[in-house]
Amino acid sequence: MTAAATAKARKKEGRHEIDDVVIRFAGDSGDGIQLTGGQFSEATAMAGNDLATFPDFPAEIRAPAGTTYGVSAFQINFGAHIIETSGDVPDVLVALNPAALAVNIDELKDGGLLILDTGSFTDRNIEKAGYVSNPLKDDTLKKFRTVKVDISKLTLEAVKPFGLSQKDGLRCKNLWTLGLVDWLFGRERQPTIDWVAERFTARPEIAEANIAALNAGHAFGETAELPGEIGTYIVPPAELEPGLYRNATGAETLAWGLVVGSHLADLDMAFCSYPITPASGVLHVLARLKQYDVMTFQAEDEIAAIGAAIGASYAGALGVTSSSGPGVALKSEALGLAIAVELPLILINSQRAGPSTGMPTKTEQSDLYQAVFGRNADSPLAVLAARSPADCFEVALEAVRIATKYMTPVIVLSDTYIANAAEPWLIPDADKIEPFPAEFRTDPAGFAPFMRNNETLARPWVKPGTPGMEHRVGGLEKAHESGDVSYDPENHHQMTVLRHEKIDRIADDLPLQEIELGGESGQLAVVGWGSTYGALHQAVGHARDDGLAISHIHLRHIWPLPRNLGDLLKRFDKVLVPELNTGQLKTLLRSEYLVPAVGLNRVTGKPFKIAEIEAAIRDILES
Amino acid sequence: MTAQTTPESLTAKDFASDQEVRWCPGCGDYAIVKGVRKVLADLGVEREKTVFISGIGCAARFPYYLSTYGFHTIHGRAAAIATGTKLANPELDVWVVSGDGDGLSIGGNHMLHVLRRNVDLQILLFNNEIYGLTKGQYSPTSKKGTRSPSTPLGSIENPVCATAFALGCGARFVARTVDTMQKHLAEILMAAHGHRGASFVEIFQNCIVYADGVFSHFTEKAIAADNQLHVEHGRPLIFGADMNKGIRLKDGVPELEVVTIGEDGLAETDIMVHDQTNRMLATMLADMEPPHFPVALGVLYCDPAPTYDAATHEQIEQVKAEKSNGDLNALLRSGHTWTVGAQG
Repeated sequence: MTAAATAKARKKEGRHEIDDVVIRFAGDSGDGIQLTGGQFSEATAMAGNDLATFPDFPAEIRAPAGTTYGVSAFQINFGAHIIETSGDVPDVLVALNPAALAVNIDELKDGGLLILDTGSFTDRNIEKAGYVSNPLKDDTLKKFRTVKVDISKLTLEAVKPFGLSQKDGLRCKNLWTLGLVDWLFGRERQPTIDWVAERFTARPEIAEANIAALNAGHAFGETAELPGEIGTYIVPPAELEPGLYRNATGAETLAWGLVVGSHLADLDMAFCSYPITPASGVLHVLARLKQYDVMTFQAEDEIAAIGAAIGASYAGALGVTSSSGPGVALKSEALGLAIAVELPLILINSQRAGPSTGMPTKTEQSDLYQAVFGRNADSPLAVLAARSPADCFEVALEAVRIATKYMTPVIVLSDTYIANAAEPWLIPDADKIEPFPAEFRTDPAGFAPFMRNNETLARPWVKPGTPGMEHRVGGLEKAHESGDVSYDPENHHQMTVLRHEKIDRIADDLPLQEIELGGESGQLAVVGWGSTYGALHQAVGHARDDGLAISHIHLRHIWPLPRNLGDLLKRFDKVLVPELNTGQLKTLLRSEYLVPAVGLNRVTGKPFKIAEIEAAIRDILES
Repeated sequence: MTAQTTPESLTAKDFASDQEVRWCPGCGDYAIVKGVRKVLADLGVEREKTVFISGIGCAARFPYYLSTYGFHTIHGRAAAIATGTKLANPELDVWVVSGDGDGLSIGGNHMLHVLRRNVDLQILLFNNEIYGLTKGQYSPTSKKGTRSPSTPLGSIENPVCATAFALGCGARFVARTVDTMQKHLAEILMAAHGHRGASFVEIFQNCIVYADGVFSHFTEKAIAADNQLHVEHGRPLIFGADMNKGIRLKDGVPELEVVTIGEDGLAETDIMVHDQTNRMLATMLADMEPPHFPVALGVLYCDPAPTYDAATHEQIEQVKAEKSNGDLNALLRSGHTWTVGAQG
């Protein structure tokens, strides 16, 4: 049955048809909330909805049970139309303990649907959550449509036949809850059943217990005769671009993009990384892809990781390293080396909230300065930013293309949100992407290590092992063309200018900046970069619906900037730059183009809400 | 550019680059570069397959003076960069050149890990017990009490013993030689090159400007024989001008002692025979210091083990043999997929 036909059948069951809904699952960090959300996302994607997710979890792996700081949450926004953000506020909140309720209840819409596990509302848990009285018994929940179920007890009953301990039995609570939510929204359970069976192949009793819990939750919905105000729902499929889809996180699409990119460049990839939240996901994905000429190397530290990547590029592979802000800081000296010896290198920064250790599992866009300017001396390189999990794939390809064509390090900015969030991805056909094979020089005649391509200013890439072309490179300043060590004053000036000019010329090779939404001039340009794309696009769309002459511009190329950007910005009366930092792109645009850009700056560790952007648009237009 | 030549025709001179050597006159590095060029010629290596990778410091200028491929990198990181080069192309013959500050201070962590991983590299650590290029500060191998611009009252730190450190890291080949001992240097470099895995060679190198003579208590011609023990696998640990001193294990205590053959009824058969596969013995030999002991030179330890680079590529080949042919579309379409068609 097609997704549309399934939806029609569901509607006949008496379900309310709704256009979109935001559900937030919340519970203890040991409750399996991320897994529940991930499985619900899969089922929702299979049902043909568009969706966006926001996993939001603590840095502690198993924070003390029942505490507010140990609460893990997963939000999904899905709809019958294009979905661009994980949703401002939830319509439905599933809270598996009092702490999850306490942390999230203020964000639930008035009249929203609240599903609670009453079994977890013990006096001790209620107290740990900071409640002075039992919220189930006072007025706390009166604004909401509340389903109070003893999920703990019902889960234990459902898994009883499998002889699990009380502790293992309670671990199936999330699957029971998923079963109930699947029923409320008419989702298929089969993808989850298949996944559970595969995941627990070695422990069939655990697999069966989880499946039993899932089915019991679903059956509860069918038979419990919940109050009419609770209702059941169907969200019809969205009209997405035709093609083959899968769900993917940014960590996955980045990893796959690097694999495809290195194949298109006809290079083996050497991915050298040191574990750090939230960047490790890329390493984990690639470590399983050795059959694609991917070598992964978990180095002893961040410096060794980039060092090994540079060493691999020197040997003629595509060296890639990946980290988050604090790790990138450690890599900056080595980045300078890659700039000086002019070797291709890709550095992925999955940004997190800082400074220092900051909030490792929370998102932020505060490493733009670090990427563009954060090195000693005049050390330019290319900087790209991905706007969404799906966009990561294309950005990875672009990074490989630029790094190899221009013999330069390229920094790719992702962030916690993009790395962890999943969305449906229209799978490209790898065979139809134009290859961009890297060139190696093998002809010794007339060769010098720092001679340059007239167009790109790139120096030749020579693999050690090539006869007759033995030469030395290093971090000491080199004489133009010959590459010999040089302290000549004019030569240093010339080389500095050449390195700058080489990066600047990349802009000649980039598409002109396009406008995402709106006209090429008007009252206001809303300019963004990175993961704020969805919120900006929605907010600008709403403002345009209100008849305002507003446009949305979203940058992929942070450095060098597209050639037409300055002219474009000057055609707007005002420029608003919303960022999850204190104004880094804003400063860059002001300094490059002398435009009076103003910022909207929030650093809460969470993505922008559409409403926040809308409010800022109103403010700037009224000012 | 130099034209392609066959390895047979290369002499030590052919391994010199056209760059002017810029070490201080009388620096021990001249002797080492001379020795290395000769060894490369004697080994008959192919210039194009040979790569020298260095960090920062006087020693690190080394690659500029050889006609092979060379990469002068950043302070302390040569081992990490060389690891990437070797992993990306295991066919290359990769040498790392480092100093005591570069390899044991700022790059100490990388030295630890490159040795424990056993990456197939020759790692030459030029130990001159001083920071030369930064004008003479004490280094992690400087003896306690070393007076330097940063320790005018004498250093208060205990020095690290490079070879004991390497052994502690799990190195499978650890050797020691001296810059001026050209024949010995060549033998040790040949052995290091022949060893598959990380070969760690400490070369005592005299800094004529900032630490002149720090090794003279065992390198001066007049006293060298009594203060140097040249270890050789399967041969007794005998030394001395009269070759009548030997090393043996103390009775009932895991410690070495120096004894004299011919005294107290001791014969050559009472002297310990060097076993280069015994790490405990190697560690004790590494720790020996004058005046009570001679300095042990030669291959202290050699016990080959699988290399990291080979294991890395074995895993890749195994996965390639077991899994698909690396079809990119198969990768992108793995897992749950669904089709959005015109019919919805």
